[in-house]
Amino acid sequence: MPTINVDKYALFEELGQHFTADEFQELCFDFGIELDKDTEDDPARPKDQAPELAIEIPANRYDMLCFEGIALHLNIFRGKQATPNYKLLDVPESKMQSITVTKATAEVRPYVAGAILRNLKFTPATYASFIGLQDKLHQNLARQRTLVSIGTHDLDTIQGPFTYDALPPKDINFTPLNQTKKMSGEELMAFYETDKHLGRFLHIIRDKPVYPVIFDANKTVCSLPPIINGDHSKITLETTNVFIEITATDQTKLDIVCNIMVAMFSRYCEEAFTIEPVKIISEHNGATRITPSLATRVMDVEVDYINKCCGLEESPAAICKLLGKMALAAEPSGDPKFIKIQVPSTRADVLHACDVMEDVAIGYGFNKLPRLSPNKTATIGKPLPINKLGDIVRHECAMAGWIEVMPLILCAHEENFEWLNRVDDGTTAIKLANPKSVEYQVVRTSLLPGLLKTLRENKSVRLPLQIVEVADIAVKDESLERKSRNERRWAAAFYGKTSGFEVVHGLLDRVLSMLRIAFITREEGLDGGKSMDFEVKQNPSEADGYFIEEINEPTFFNGRAAAIYVRLGGKVQRIGEFGVLHPTVLEKFDLRYPVSTLEVNLEVFL
Amino acid sequence: MAHSAANPTGDLITQVLQALDKTEPLVSVDAFPATPFVDIKAALDRLKSRDMVRYDTIERQEALLELEGEEIAANGSHEARVFEAVQKAMEGLSVRELEETIGDKNVVKIGQGKAFKEKWISKTKDGKFKAIAESIKDVTRGQLETIKTTRTHPDTKTLADLKKRKLIRMQKVISFKIHKGNKFALEIPDEATDLTADMIASGSWKTATFKPYNFKALGAAQMAGALHPLNKVRAELRSIFFEMGFEEMPTNKFVESGFWNFDALFVPQQHPARDLQDTFYIADPPLADKPRAESPEDKKDYEAYWNHTKEVHQDGEFGSIGYRYPWSGEESLRLVLRTHTTAVSASMLHKLAAVEGPDGRPPPARYFSIDRVFRNESVDATHLAEFHQVEGVIADYNLSMGELMEFMDIFFGKMGITGLMYKPAYNPYTEPSMEIFSYHAGLGKIVEIGNSGMFRPEVLETMGLPKDMRVFGFGLSLERPTMIKYGISNIRELLGHKVDLNFVQNSPAVQFSGKA
Repeated sequence: MPTINVDKYALFEELGQHFTADEFQELCFDFGIELDKDTEDDPARPKDQAPELAIEIPANRYDMLCFEGIALHLNIFRGKQATPNYKLLDVPESKMQSITVTKATAEVRPYVAGAILRNLKFTPATYASFIGLQDKLHQNLARQRTLVSIGTHDLDTIQGPFTYDALPPKDINFTPLNQTKKMSGEELMAFYETDKHLGRFLHIIRDKPVYPVIFDANKTVCSLPPIINGDHSKITLETTNVFIEITATDQTKLDIVCNIMVAMFSRYCEEAFTIEPVKIISEHNGATRITPSLATRVMDVEVDYINKCCGLEESPAAICKLLGKMALAAEPSGDPKFIKIQVPSTRADVLHACDVMEDVAIGYGFNKLPRLSPNKTATIGKPLPINKLGDIVRHECAMAGWIEVMPLILCAHEENFEWLNRVDDGTTAIKLANPKSVEYQVVRTSLLPGLLKTLRENKSVRLPLQIVEVADIAVKDESLERKSRNERRWAAAFYGKTSGFEVVHGLLDRVLSMLRIAFITREEGLDGGKSMDFEVKQNPSEADGYFIEEINEPTFFNGRAAAIYVRLGGKVQRIGEFGVLHPTVLEKFDLRYPVSTLEVNLEVFL
Repeated sequence: MAHSAANPTGDLITQVLQALDKTEPLVSVDAFPATPFVDIKAALDRLKSRDMVRYDTIERQEALLELEGEEIAANGSHEARVFEAVQKAMEGLSVRELEETIGDKNVVKIGQGKAFKEKWISKTKDGKFKAIAESIKDVTRGQLETIKTTRTHPDTKTLADLKKRKLIRMQKVISFKIHKGNKFALEIPDEATDLTADMIASGSWKTATFKPYNFKALGAAQMAGALHPLNKVRAELRSIFFEMGFEEMPTNKFVESGFWNFDALFVPQQHPARDLQDTFYIADPPLADKPRAESPEDKKDYEAYWNHTKEVHQDGEFGSIGYRYPWSGEESLRLVLRTHTTAVSASMLHKLAAVEGPDGRPPPARYFSIDRVFRNESVDATHLAEFHQVEGVIADYNLSMGELMEFMDIFFGKMGITGLMYKPAYNPYTEPSMEIFSYHAGLGKIVEIGNSGMFRPEVLETMGLPKDMRVFGFGLSLERPTMIKYGISNIRELLGHKVDLNFVQNSPAVQFSGKA
């Protein structure tokens, strides 16, 4: 959620009320914004700085990303102010400022909009807010300028008509904002490479064959979107006529940003809430139009839908009144089942009747809505079978004296493979594309790394340590939609002065017998041998049960490891293994004493 | 250890018993002046626990000689020594001669002054000391000798005076006045530590003496197994869900496609939650398949679902104007580690849309899950890249917000959390969205305890659910209530390999004491 810092007493002044901390907190709570901080009593606040409020705004309320928007909506909510009626100045098309779009822009940043605020008076506070809103819009809706970027200019320093063109970087030459030296597009990229603020936007156009540029009639560069404006047309506190140009790769968000910018600051124009339009001439794609479009959107919303969702029985007129508190102009329509709503151009968050319904609920007050019993229908509870099975194993292990642990699911590649003397053949591990740490390179394909790391971190605990985990690993599986699947595993590790091999073996016997899986020996007539791994054999005449067979795998100490097989319904399959870990594995995990482990796939017992 | 830590020798015990046999009552400090206090105490306690003796503790002040006092008791006071030396010399002694005779300048200095004062000696014309008294009585020496043997003096004034002169010091001494107990004997009988099978078989328990048990010590440590605290809280929450008719969702799927994790939930493709900064993307395997049936029984039209999803994002559908951006199928097929279990809720609700209840419409349903989710966060005291999400979904016809809030009051009430307040919030897939707050007495303010809302029609109708079926969703993390329950401030002490096994083993059982 974006956080906006506002001057506390300026806001109270604007709201016409000196709130106590609790009163203001309550207002924010009811409206759905959050007071994050009040610097009034913060000892870190410099003496010469006015107390500030940090207010968190819901991520879809772009019309509240500045002081003006917060004050406006809280005032409307409290019935102190009507929703402003934003108007376009009536300028004949012949006299209208224009931006002509060239076809070349389609290659890099195809959309542009413009608007002019006339006879505006900035104060240091409103000027800062004007800059602040652009920053917030750039950060949030504009996704760090990738989708939309805003340039603002002193119209009296430049002359229309304007052109929105795209040129090879070397053909662009101008003095960027607050610089003294002219630069080409290429030089500019090099110059801002290490700039903390602007450096992170360069990638948006750097490798494009052409860079977007806004020129005035005299070929003065107004801006190089989305990086920087020209120094020539920069706005100052004294600027009275502001030319706003906005470029974008996303048409919808372009219009939203344009509407919000002009709506928030047109209140400071001599004629408040008026905006001078700009004609966008875009013949190559037939997109010639006039911006901004401040048209409201008309929505017909079902009264019954609103009442049912909110649990209310309000009349259309009463609902319209509640919507007025939320800056939505509404009136009963000809049909008593519907109300007609004028959604202002600034309320980009209203997509569906449900958004209107929510505003009715906020207007009414969430905590005042009538309560109803939530038990209109009886449903039947049911556990997930694999979780039920897992819980049985967890409890059996705990009853046998083992301690349950919950390590992380993500781990380093080497912990999952190399450290266990296992080879990554590329068919099992799910690999992450963008981890922030080497600790999170792969999704574990075994529970062992987590158990061994837990032992490593618990060396000071009295020996022996007996730990157990029942949880999921995940592996690649090309046959499935998500190309992977989880598998419920059960693993245990013993750490002590002796290997604990028999202890782990005993745990296996104990838990499997609790799962009613009988132990059978090889002599009972199973054929095959070490080649049996994962092989499925069917012979329904043979008894169900499990058996173990010595294996020689590099994870384990030679002669002290066995694979675990089950035969269920005649099918034989390997479900896991247990053994004394190889000393080289212990060394990797920084363990001083021997460790025996057990790891079993539980899915077969479902 | 259940038995006394001190181990007095058998000899001392025998000595005490024999001495007590002769003298009763016996005062320990008199009978065993050289034996350390702790040894006496341990011996007496062993005997007392067997009722062989009883004793009272006596506290008294004793006078002990300082070094100078010891010297006076041995050699006499300074003035007495000066007098004796002078008396022995017929001709009298000069100061130098006196010092040579006594061999201690200090004794001479103090002693001659006092001897003059007592009129024991005088000075001749030639400056020599001469005895004038016939004989003297060395009072100080006598007093100190008395104190040395009796450790006190009948005259308290004398004690005070000697203390002032730094010849003695006073010390508190504890000793015991010992009497015979009911089971007094000259030696401790053989003792059994425990009742054994052999004793029962032989009947020897009838005559055996049992070693007393130390009821002040802890019992023997258990080789206890233990469940993890997070799972203990999970078990309580699961039982609340079952009590309220919820079916557990199959959340055993860490990897999801962008489609299920985001697009199906009407999260636009430019939403910040989809940034590399927030979500783990999968490099291998590269891409998901388009949503499709994974079992022969699943007859749903997934192609239509895919197309409606695209439509509702890009151009708007089902009464929504949509987000109006070019929706990318490829973006939707990127694989991610699920950022929430709501991805599973989406697929459950999509399946529910195809279920025909008794009236031919999808039946009301309640689903829940408690499972791991992943966020590409920087790790700190309150954030890990993994945590557990507790999630519930309620689908029914014509639900209202009043029912959701009432439900949440009951649900949290079962956890012992009451006085809930609901704040409007934003969430891409629910509208209205409500953050749930409760007053936290410890922090003295209201704190957020969970999230809830009604799923947007853009999510539900795209799945094919009827327009009047409304769906509540709510969620909280498993870690937060667990951290509060166990008073933990750092999440790394609760989840992951750095958790202390002693903490796991000794964490108390969890029992939510709710009123609901």
